[in-house]
Amino acid sequence: MKELVVISGKGGTGKTSITASFAVLAERPVVADCDVDAADLHLLLDPRVKERHDFWSGHEAVIRQEDCTACGQCYEDCRYDAIRLVDDVAGGKAYVIDPPSCEGCGVCVHFCPVQAIDFPERLCGEWMISETRCGPMVHARLGIAAENSGKLVSTVRKEARRLAEEGDHPLILVDGPPGIGCPVIASLTGSSAVLVVTEPTVSGEHDLERVLSLTKHFDIPASVSVNKWDLNPEMTERIEEKALNFGARVVGRVRYDRSVTLAQIQQKTVVETDAGSGDDIRRIWSALQE
Amino acid sequence: MILAVASGKGGTGKTTVAVNLARTLGSPVQLLDCDVEEPNDHLFLRGTLDLEEIVNIPIPEVDESLCDGCGECGRICEFHAIVSFGTVPLVFPELCHGCGGCTKVCPHDAIHEADSRMGVVELLQDGDITLVQGRLDVGVAMAPPLIRAVKAHLRAGMPAILDAPPGTSCPVVTTVRQTDFVLMVTEPTPFGLHDLTLAVGMVRELGVPFGVVVNRYGVGDDRVHVYCREEGIPILAEIPDDRRIAEAYSRGDLMVDVLPEYRGVFESLLSKINDCVATADLSSS
Repeated sequence: MKELVVISGKGGTGKTSITASFAVLAERPVVADCDVDAADLHLLLDPRVKERHDFWSGHEAVIRQEDCTACGQCYEDCRYDAIRLVDDVAGGKAYVIDPPSCEGCGVCVHFCPVQAIDFPERLCGEWMISETRCGPMVHARLGIAAENSGKLVSTVRKEARRLAEEGDHPLILVDGPPGIGCPVIASLTGSSAVLVVTEPTVSGEHDLERVLSLTKHFDIPASVSVNKWDLNPEMTERIEEKALNFGARVVGRVRYDRSVTLAQIQQKTVVETDAGSGDDIRRIWSALQE
Repeated sequence: MILAVASGKGGTGKTTVAVNLARTLGSPVQLLDCDVEEPNDHLFLRGTLDLEEIVNIPIPEVDESLCDGCGECGRICEFHAIVSFGTVPLVFPELCHGCGGCTKVCPHDAIHEADSRMGVVELLQDGDITLVQGRLDVGVAMAPPLIRAVKAHLRAGMPAILDAPPGTSCPVVTTVRQTDFVLMVTEPTPFGLHDLTLAVGMVRELGVPFGVVVNRYGVGDDRVHVYCREEGIPILAEIPDDRRIAEAYSRGDLMVDVLPEYRGVFESLLSKINDCVATADLSSS
């Protein structure tokens, strides 16, 4: 079983439009949307949700005001500025936790001299198993301002792998997040191949170098495709040369095409319309099979 | 005033808006590039980046001669970054969040913290714009400590524009927290709208006032406008879908420099942001 992860470094280069097209072109894939904090693949693949699971991960500190002596030990110990000193109703001062800032390390819980801090599990979002016209899909929704996106990504990939093994699917297609940090690392470690979708801009060039350094760091074979290549043909050539120097494969270009947005509005993938860029994507897909 | 530029969806034009706004201001301003995984603001400015500081995360180091294998360190660690099997513990630096729990809990003072490099903060001066940029080392997972280091350079009394990373999770929350106003850049497409609604949920949770910029206006449909109208969210600017803008961006040119007909868009945006912040101040005081 193969696992192809589509990433980009820079956001908004066309990862999701291209991954959704691959889902249509591929033979019996399992599709996984690992861009868990801004997941969009479902907008094109129209999944019918079959299973929905809460995603609990880590803990969150909560101060019980009735037991707190306002000694300030937690305020001293917290390295994430998650403890706030606020005015309480009686006109005094109270320490409270700012949930989005709480890292869930538990240091305040452990060292509170009067054990006034609870440490319940934290609900960080949900993940779903769905059916689409292209096959099964695993996707997720991170809770508002929630932590642990990396762990949610790992959960999505693990479930996709289980579905692929059980249903004897030959390929897992992963729509990855932008950037090079925690959720990206969680999306690509242990995968068999990475496709980097970039664009011919100074940002695309800059971010490609960083993302290819990352795939090299984890020793995963990378291919590169330049989307909207004709916006800046010289830059496209420069990027492709750079990709080759990094030891990546160059697998083709996609033209600047407003039909991509029109397809999105019709909830179709590009290759399900007669857009010219669909032919470009088909060629890239064939190149990836070699 | 501290202004954050965020988006949910990547590639909607955060960098474009942040840098062009900074240039339009015409007086000293700090531009903080908080997209430390992929910092791009510097590509649109003149001048060279100078190293300001190396940012480290404290990682535990165990003195084997003092450790009796009691395992307290492993029990306090929520991230499985230090593990003991009745022996001297193993440390997994890439899992460590630098909370300091193990060092503090060790009854034999056998653990001390050593700096582990996670990235750098760099500075660049271009006219009135002071760029402060974080750059995460490749292979490092956790961006928030570096974003905090970038924000530590905020200077009181000077206006600041913070270019946030895409998404809605911890790196964005770290950037947007304790700012005065958030500008959310989106595009009038299904993806743009969907991710905007997620970003709106996050900013509302943080309680920071916000408005929307619609970029590539004309490329899609009116769903973002309909949503903003229904939700009572002000649309503060519309940047048209113009291939020349995309081409200027591809070369690293600033829109307000090479396409002067768009200067008015950013001037009007600045004045509308000021109005919004003034209204928010009035209603909160």
